[in-house]
Amino acid sequence: MNAPFFNHGLFGEETSLLVAVLIGIGFGFFLERAGFGSARKLVAQFYLTDLAVFKVMFTAIVTAMLGVTLLGGLSVLDMSELYLVPTYWPSQIVGGLLLGAGFVIGGYCPGTSIAAAATGRVDGAVCVLGIATGTLAFAAAFPWIEEFYLAGSAGDLTLPQLLHLPYGVVVVGVVAMALGGLYGATLIERRFGGRNS
Amino acid sequence: MATTIPELVEPTAAHADPRGRGAQPYMNPYVAGIGLGLVLLTAFVVMGRGLGASGAFSAAVAWAVNSLAPSSVEGNEFLERYIGDRSTHPLKTWVIFEVLGVFIGAFISGLLAGRTAVMVEKGPRASRAMRLWLAFGGGALMAIGADLARGCTSGQALTGGALLNAGSWAFMVCVFGGAYAVAYFVRKEWI
Repeated sequence: MNAPFFNHGLFGEETSLLVAVLIGIGFGFFLERAGFGSARKLVAQFYLTDLAVFKVMFTAIVTAMLGVTLLGGLSVLDMSELYLVPTYWPSQIVGGLLLGAGFVIGGYCPGTSIAAAATGRVDGAVCVLGIATGTLAFAAAFPWIEEFYLAGSAGDLTLPQLLHLPYGVVVVGVVAMALGGLYGATLIERRFGGRNS
Repeated sequence: MATTIPELVEPTAAHADPRGRGAQPYMNPYVAGIGLGLVLLTAFVVMGRGLGASGAFSAAVAWAVNSLAPSSVEGNEFLERYIGDRSTHPLKTWVIFEVLGVFIGAFISGLLAGRTAVMVEKGPRASRAMRLWLAFGGGALMAIGADLARGCTSGQALTGGALLNAGSWAFMVCVFGGAYAVAYFVRKEWI
Protein backbone atom coordinates (compact mmCIF):
# COMPACT_ATOMS: atom_id res chain seq x y z
CA MET A 1 0.00 0.00 0.00
CA ASN A 2 1.43 3.39 -0.92
CA ALA A 3 -1.66 5.38 -1.79
CA PRO A 4 -3.34 7.68 -0.82
CA PHE A 5 0.03 9.44 -0.87
CA PHE A 6 -1.00 12.20 1.57
CA ASN A 7 -2.18 9.72 4.21
CA HIS A 8 1.13 7.86 3.91
CA GLY A 9 3.13 11.00 4.64
CA LEU A 10 4.57 11.58 1.17
CA PHE A 11 4.04 15.32 1.64
CA GLY A 12 2.75 17.69 4.31
CA GLU A 13 -0.14 20.09 4.86
CA GLU A 14 1.49 23.00 3.02
CA THR A 15 2.13 20.95 -0.12
CA SER A 16 -1.40 19.55 0.07
CA LEU A 17 -2.74 23.06 -0.55
CA LEU A 18 -0.69 23.30 -3.76
CA VAL A 19 -2.05 19.88 -4.75
CA ALA A 20 -5.53 21.29 -4.05
CA VAL A 21 -5.01 24.12 -6.52
CA LEU A 22 -3.67 21.74 -9.19
CA ILE A 23 -6.53 19.26 -8.78
CA GLY A 24 -8.98 22.18 -8.80
CA ILE A 25 -7.50 23.45 -12.07
CA GLY A 26 -8.10 20.03 -13.64
CA PHE A 27 -11.65 19.96 -12.26
CA GLY A 28 -12.49 23.46 -13.47
CA PHE A 29 -10.88 22.85 -16.85
CA PHE A 30 -13.01 19.78 -17.61
CA LEU A 31 -16.19 21.40 -16.23
CA GLU A 32 -15.75 24.28 -18.68
CA ARG A 33 -14.69 21.95 -21.54
CA ALA A 34 -17.91 19.99 -21.02
CA GLY A 35 -19.95 23.19 -21.33
CA PHE A 36 -20.80 23.37 -17.64
CA GLY A 37 -19.90 27.05 -17.39
CA SER A 38 -23.13 27.68 -19.31
CA ALA A 39 -26.45 27.69 -17.43
CA ARG A 40 -28.42 26.97 -20.59
CA LYS A 41 -26.31 23.95 -21.40
CA LEU A 42 -26.74 22.67 -17.81
CA VAL A 43 -30.51 23.15 -17.45
CA ALA A 44 -31.16 21.63 -20.89
CA GLN A 45 -30.76 18.38 -18.93
CA PHE A 46 -34.06 19.11 -17.17
CA TYR A 47 -35.93 19.94 -20.39
CA LEU A 48 -34.47 16.79 -22.03
CA THR A 49 -32.96 18.67 -24.97
CA ASP A 50 -29.30 18.03 -24.08
CA LEU A 51 -28.35 15.35 -21.56
CA ALA A 52 -24.67 16.28 -21.27
CA VAL A 53 -24.97 16.67 -17.46
CA PHE A 54 -26.06 13.05 -17.10
CA LYS A 55 -23.50 11.77 -19.63
CA VAL A 56 -20.52 13.63 -18.16
CA MET A 57 -21.47 12.83 -14.55
CA PHE A 58 -21.97 9.13 -15.07
CA THR A 59 -18.92 8.74 -17.30
CA ALA A 60 -16.85 10.47 -14.60
CA ILE A 61 -18.33 8.34 -11.80
CA VAL A 62 -17.73 5.10 -13.70
CA THR A 63 -14.18 6.14 -14.68
CA ALA A 64 -13.19 7.02 -11.11
CA MET A 65 -14.99 3.97 -9.67
CA LEU A 66 -13.20 1.57 -12.05
CA GLY A 67 -9.89 3.31 -11.33
CA VAL A 68 -10.36 2.91 -7.57
CA THR A 69 -11.43 -0.71 -8.06
CA LEU A 70 -8.39 -1.49 -10.23
CA LEU A 71 -5.84 0.28 -8.00
CA GLY A 72 -7.48 -1.21 -4.90
CA GLY A 73 -7.37 -4.68 -6.47
CA LEU A 74 -3.68 -4.25 -7.30
CA SER A 75 -3.10 -3.22 -3.64
CA VAL A 76 -1.68 0.10 -4.79
CA LEU A 77 -4.48 2.09 -3.16
CA ASP A 78 -5.87 1.41 0.30
CA MET A 79 -9.58 1.90 -0.34
CA SER A 80 -10.38 1.90 3.38
CA GLU A 81 -8.48 5.20 3.71
CA LEU A 82 -10.66 7.08 1.21
CA TYR A 83 -12.86 9.56 3.07
CA LEU A 84 -16.57 8.70 3.00
CA VAL A 85 -19.20 11.28 3.93
CA PRO A 86 -21.31 9.54 6.59
CA THR A 87 -24.86 8.73 5.58
CA TYR A 88 -27.78 10.55 7.24
CA TRP A 89 -30.87 9.58 5.24
CA PRO A 90 -33.36 12.40 6.03
CA SER A 91 -31.02 15.36 5.62
CA GLN A 92 -29.38 13.94 2.51
CA ILE A 93 -32.70 13.17 0.83
CA VAL A 94 -34.17 16.60 1.61
CA GLY A 95 -30.84 18.28 0.84
CA GLY A 96 -30.74 16.58 -2.56
CA LEU A 97 -34.29 17.69 -3.40
CA LEU A 98 -33.50 21.31 -2.40
CA LEU A 99 -30.24 21.31 -4.32
CA GLY A 100 -31.98 19.94 -7.41
CA ALA A 101 -34.68 22.60 -7.20
CA GLY A 102 -32.05 25.30 -6.68
CA PHE A 103 -30.07 23.93 -9.62
CA VAL A 104 -32.86 24.39 -12.18
CA ILE A 105 -33.94 27.75 -10.66
CA GLY A 106 -30.41 29.16 -10.35
CA GLY A 107 -29.01 27.52 -13.46
CA TYR A 108 -25.91 26.10 -11.79
CA CYS A 109 -24.72 23.87 -8.99
CA PRO A 110 -22.06 25.20 -6.59
CA GLY A 111 -19.04 23.96 -8.60
CA THR A 112 -20.38 25.02 -12.00
CA SER A 113 -21.34 28.48 -10.68
CA ILE A 114 -17.61 29.03 -10.05
CA ALA A 115 -16.79 27.90 -13.60
CA ALA A 116 -19.51 30.23 -14.96
CA ALA A 117 -18.28 33.22 -12.97
CA ALA A 118 -14.72 32.49 -14.15
CA THR A 119 -15.84 32.70 -17.78
CA GLY A 120 -17.70 36.00 -17.40
CA ARG A 121 -21.27 34.82 -16.79
CA VAL A 122 -22.88 37.54 -14.68
CA ASP A 123 -25.69 35.18 -13.69
CA GLY A 124 -23.00 32.75 -12.50
CA ALA A 125 -21.41 35.41 -10.30
CA VAL A 126 -24.84 36.35 -8.89
CA CYS A 127 -25.48 32.65 -8.20
CA VAL A 128 -22.18 32.53 -6.27
CA LEU A 129 -23.46 35.43 -4.13
CA GLY A 130 -26.73 33.54 -3.62
CA ILE A 131 -24.85 30.43 -2.47
CA ALA A 132 -22.84 32.50 0.02
CA THR A 133 -26.06 34.08 1.33
CA GLY A 134 -27.79 30.69 1.60
CA THR A 135 -24.81 29.26 3.46
CA LEU A 136 -24.93 32.16 5.91
CA ALA A 137 -28.68 31.62 6.41
CA PHE A 138 -28.10 27.90 7.01
CA ALA A 139 -25.36 28.66 9.54
CA ALA A 140 -27.60 31.15 11.34
CA ALA A 141 -30.50 28.70 11.48
CA PHE A 142 -28.31 25.71 12.36
CA PRO A 143 -29.27 25.52 16.07
CA TRP A 144 -32.90 24.96 14.97
CA ILE A 145 -31.97 22.59 12.11
CA GLU A 146 -29.43 20.54 14.07
CA GLU A 147 -31.84 17.86 15.25
CA PHE A 148 -33.00 17.12 11.70
CA TYR A 149 -29.39 17.38 10.43
CA LEU A 150 -28.30 14.60 12.78
CA ALA A 151 -31.39 12.39 12.42
CA GLY A 152 -31.35 8.98 10.70
CA SER A 153 -27.61 8.44 10.99
CA ALA A 154 -26.32 5.32 9.25
CA GLY A 155 -22.61 6.07 9.62
CA ASP A 156 -20.11 5.16 6.90
CA LEU A 157 -22.33 3.08 4.65
CA THR A 158 -21.62 1.87 1.12
CA LEU A 159 -24.06 0.41 -1.39
CA PRO A 160 -22.46 -3.07 -1.13
CA GLN A 161 -23.03 -2.97 2.66
CA LEU A 162 -26.57 -1.63 2.29
CA LEU A 163 -27.56 -4.17 -0.36
CA HIS A 164 -25.56 -7.05 1.19
CA LEU A 165 -23.83 -7.65 -2.14
CA PRO A 166 -20.13 -8.14 -2.90
CA TYR A 167 -18.32 -4.94 -3.95
CA GLY A 168 -17.54 -6.33 -7.42
CA VAL A 169 -21.20 -7.13 -8.10
CA VAL A 170 -22.24 -3.54 -7.31
CA VAL A 171 -19.43 -2.19 -9.54
CA VAL A 172 -20.65 -4.33 -12.44
CA GLY A 173 -24.23 -3.26 -11.67
CA VAL A 174 -23.31 0.44 -11.75
CA VAL A 175 -21.44 0.00 -15.05
CA ALA A 176 -24.42 -1.82 -16.56
CA MET A 177 -26.81 0.86 -15.24
CA ALA A 178 -24.61 3.63 -16.62
CA LEU A 179 -24.34 1.98 -20.06
CA GLY A 180 -28.12 1.52 -20.15
CA GLY A 181 -28.66 5.09 -18.94
CA LEU A 182 -26.26 6.56 -21.47
CA TYR A 183 -27.93 4.63 -24.29
CA GLY A 184 -31.32 5.82 -23.02
CA ALA A 185 -30.03 9.40 -22.87
CA THR A 186 -29.08 9.19 -26.55
CA LEU A 187 -32.59 7.99 -27.41
CA ILE A 188 -34.18 10.80 -25.37
CA GLU A 189 -31.99 13.41 -27.06
CA ARG A 190 -32.98 12.03 -30.46
CA ARG A 191 -36.64 12.40 -29.44
CA PHE A 192 -36.51 15.84 -27.73
CA GLY A 193 -33.25 17.36 -28.91
CA GLY A 194 -33.64 20.43 -31.08
CA ARG A 195 -37.27 20.90 -30.07
CA ASN A 196 -36.56 23.56 -27.49
CA SER A 197 -32.85 24.14 -27.86
CA MET B 1 -23.81 49.08 -15.93
CA ALA B 2 -26.59 46.72 -16.95
CA THR B 3 -26.83 48.04 -20.48
CA THR B 4 -23.20 47.25 -21.21
CA ILE B 5 -23.72 43.53 -20.63
CA PRO B 6 -24.43 41.67 -23.85
CA GLU B 7 -27.25 39.16 -23.57
CA LEU B 8 -27.31 35.67 -24.90
CA VAL B 9 -30.83 35.49 -26.23
CA GLU B 10 -30.61 33.54 -29.46
CA PRO B 11 -31.29 29.92 -28.55
CA THR B 12 -28.99 28.67 -31.30
CA ALA B 13 -26.15 30.86 -30.10
CA ALA B 14 -25.33 28.68 -27.07
CA HIS B 15 -21.76 28.21 -28.27
CA ALA B 16 -21.32 31.59 -29.86
CA ASP B 17 -19.29 34.44 -28.54
CA PRO B 18 -21.59 37.50 -28.56
CA ARG B 19 -18.67 39.61 -29.70
CA GLY B 20 -18.81 37.78 -33.00
CA ARG B 21 -15.59 35.80 -32.73
CA GLY B 22 -16.19 32.09 -33.22
CA ALA B 23 -16.13 30.06 -30.03
CA GLN B 24 -15.07 26.44 -30.18
CA PRO B 25 -17.73 23.77 -29.66
CA TYR B 26 -17.77 21.90 -26.35
CA MET B 27 -15.82 18.72 -25.77
CA ASN B 28 -17.50 15.38 -26.40
CA PRO B 29 -19.34 14.59 -23.13
CA TYR B 30 -17.81 11.12 -22.80
CA VAL B 31 -14.28 12.47 -23.28
CA ALA B 32 -14.96 15.29 -20.77
CA GLY B 33 -16.46 12.72 -18.38
CA ILE B 34 -13.37 10.51 -18.59
CA GLY B 35 -11.19 13.59 -18.00
CA LEU B 36 -13.25 14.58 -14.97
CA GLY B 37 -13.19 11.00 -13.69
CA LEU B 38 -9.38 10.88 -13.96
CA VAL B 39 -9.09 14.16 -12.03
CA LEU B 40 -11.32 12.66 -9.33
CA LEU B 41 -9.26 9.45 -9.31
CA THR B 42 -6.09 11.55 -8.95
CA ALA B 43 -7.62 13.26 -5.91
CA PHE B 44 -8.39 9.85 -4.37
CA VAL B 45 -4.89 8.48 -5.04
CA VAL B 46 -2.94 11.59 -4.03
CA MET B 47 -5.11 13.02 -1.24
CA GLY B 48 -7.40 10.20 -0.11
CA ARG B 49 -10.39 12.45 -0.71
CA GLY B 50 -12.51 13.58 -3.61
CA LEU B 51 -13.62 16.89 -5.09
CA GLY B 52 -15.75 19.58 -3.48
CA ALA B 53 -17.30 23.00 -3.94
CA SER B 54 -19.95 23.81 -1.32
CA GLY B 55 -17.46 23.20 1.49
CA ALA B 56 -15.50 26.24 0.31
CA PHE B 57 -18.57 28.41 0.82
CA SER B 58 -19.05 27.00 4.33
CA ALA B 59 -15.41 27.65 5.21
CA ALA B 60 -15.59 31.20 3.82
CA VAL B 61 -18.81 31.97 5.70
CA ALA B 62 -17.36 30.49 8.91
CA TRP B 63 -14.30 32.71 8.48
CA ALA B 64 -16.43 35.82 7.85
CA VAL B 65 -18.70 35.19 10.86
CA ASN B 66 -15.70 34.42 13.05
CA SER B 67 -14.04 37.68 12.00
CA LEU B 68 -17.11 39.89 12.45
CA ALA B 69 -18.89 38.23 15.37
CA PRO B 70 -16.68 35.55 16.96
CA SER B 71 -19.16 34.94 19.77
CA SER B 72 -21.81 33.64 17.32
CA VAL B 73 -19.51 30.79 16.32
CA GLU B 74 -19.52 29.43 19.90
CA GLY B 75 -21.93 26.54 20.25
CA ASN B 76 -22.75 26.50 16.52
CA GLU B 77 -21.36 23.13 15.51
CA PHE B 78 -21.74 23.83 11.80
CA LEU B 79 -19.41 26.84 12.02
CA GLU B 80 -17.13 25.47 14.74
CA ARG B 81 -16.15 22.59 12.48
CA TYR B 82 -14.55 25.04 10.04
CA ILE B 83 -12.96 27.27 12.68
CA GLY B 84 -11.38 24.42 14.61
CA ASP B 85 -9.18 25.26 17.59
CA ARG B 86 -8.18 28.62 16.03
CA SER B 87 -4.61 27.39 15.50
CA THR B 88 -4.80 27.77 11.73
CA HIS B 89 -6.53 30.37 9.55
CA PRO B 90 -10.04 29.15 8.59
CA LEU B 91 -9.39 29.95 4.92
CA LYS B 92 -6.20 27.90 4.89
CA THR B 93 -8.13 24.77 4.11
CA TRP B 94 -8.01 22.22 1.30
CA VAL B 95 -11.36 22.92 -0.35
CA ILE B 96 -10.81 26.70 -0.51
CA PHE B 97 -7.58 26.15 -2.48
CA GLU B 98 -9.26 23.53 -4.65
CA VAL B 99 -12.10 25.93 -5.55
CA LEU B 100 -9.53 28.62 -6.33
CA GLY B 101 -8.09 26.08 -8.77
CA VAL B 102 -11.57 25.45 -10.26
CA PHE B 103 -11.84 29.16 -11.01
CA ILE B 104 -8.38 29.21 -12.65
CA GLY B 105 -8.97 26.00 -14.62
CA ALA B 106 -12.34 27.13 -15.96
CA PHE B 107 -10.88 30.53 -16.83
CA ILE B 108 -8.02 28.94 -18.80
CA SER B 109 -10.36 26.56 -20.62
CA GLY B 110 -12.86 29.29 -21.48
CA LEU B 111 -10.14 31.61 -22.70
CA LEU B 112 -8.48 28.94 -24.87
CA ALA B 113 -11.84 28.05 -26.45
CA GLY B 114 -12.99 31.64 -26.98
CA ARG B 115 -15.99 31.04 -24.72
CA THR B 116 -15.19 33.68 -22.11
CA ALA B 117 -17.58 36.62 -22.41
CA VAL B 118 -19.31 38.98 -20.01
CA MET B 119 -22.99 38.09 -20.45
CA VAL B 120 -26.19 36.95 -18.77
CA GLU B 121 -27.35 33.49 -19.78
CA LYS B 122 -31.11 33.06 -19.98
CA GLY B 123 -33.91 31.83 -22.17
CA PRO B 124 -35.48 34.04 -24.86
CA ARG B 125 -38.60 34.85 -22.78
CA ALA B 126 -36.85 35.84 -19.53
CA SER B 127 -35.88 39.38 -18.63
CA ARG B 128 -32.39 39.99 -17.36
CA ALA B 129 -33.69 41.12 -13.94
CA MET B 130 -35.82 37.98 -13.58
CA ARG B 131 -32.88 35.79 -14.49
CA LEU B 132 -30.52 37.45 -12.02
CA TRP B 133 -33.02 37.29 -9.14
CA LEU B 134 -33.61 33.61 -9.85
CA ALA B 135 -29.85 32.98 -10.08
CA PHE B 136 -29.54 34.49 -6.60
CA GLY B 137 -32.54 32.69 -5.10
CA GLY B 138 -31.65 29.37 -6.72
CA GLY B 139 -28.10 29.72 -5.39
CA ALA B 140 -29.38 30.34 -1.87
CA LEU B 141 -31.73 27.33 -2.00
CA MET B 142 -28.96 25.15 -3.39
CA ALA B 143 -26.62 26.16 -0.58
CA ILE B 144 -29.17 25.15 2.05
CA GLY B 145 -29.59 21.81 0.27
CA ALA B 146 -25.83 21.21 0.03
CA ASP B 147 -25.25 22.17 3.66
CA LEU B 148 -28.03 19.83 4.82
CA ALA B 149 -26.67 16.99 2.69
CA ARG B 150 -23.05 17.57 3.78
CA GLY B 151 -21.98 18.07 0.17
CA CYS B 152 -23.08 19.11 -3.30
CA THR B 153 -22.92 17.68 -6.79
CA SER B 154 -19.11 17.54 -6.44
CA GLY B 155 -18.56 16.34 -2.88
CA GLN B 156 -21.58 14.05 -2.70
CA ALA B 157 -22.80 13.04 -6.18
CA LEU B 158 -19.47 12.73 -8.04
CA THR B 159 -17.14 11.79 -5.18
CA GLY B 160 -19.55 9.66 -3.16
CA GLY B 161 -21.00 8.21 -6.36
CA ALA B 162 -17.61 6.84 -7.39
CA LEU B 163 -17.03 5.42 -3.89
CA LEU B 164 -20.47 3.74 -3.89
CA ASN B 165 -21.43 5.79 -0.81
CA ALA B 166 -25.06 4.95 0.02
CA GLY B 167 -26.09 8.44 1.17
CA SER B 168 -24.45 9.99 -1.90
CA TRP B 169 -26.50 7.84 -4.25
CA ALA B 170 -29.72 8.73 -2.41
CA PHE B 171 -28.68 12.39 -2.64
CA MET B 172 -27.94 12.13 -6.37
CA VAL B 173 -31.30 10.55 -7.19
CA CYS B 174 -33.00 13.33 -5.19
CA VAL B 175 -31.04 16.07 -7.01
CA PHE B 176 -32.39 14.88 -10.36
CA GLY B 177 -35.86 14.37 -8.82
CA GLY B 178 -35.95 17.86 -7.31
CA ALA B 179 -34.78 19.48 -10.53
CA TYR B 180 -37.27 17.65 -12.77
CA ALA B 181 -40.10 18.43 -10.33
CA VAL B 182 -39.41 22.17 -10.45
CA ALA B 183 -38.31 22.52 -14.12
CA TYR B 184 -41.87 23.02 -15.38
CA PHE B 185 -42.47 25.98 -13.06
CA VAL B 186 -39.40 27.91 -14.20
CA ARG B 187 -39.67 27.07 -17.91
CA LYS B 188 -40.11 30.75 -18.78
CA GLU B 189 -36.62 31.35 -17.43
CA TRP B 190 -35.06 28.92 -19.91
CA ILE B 191 -37.19 27.98 -22.91
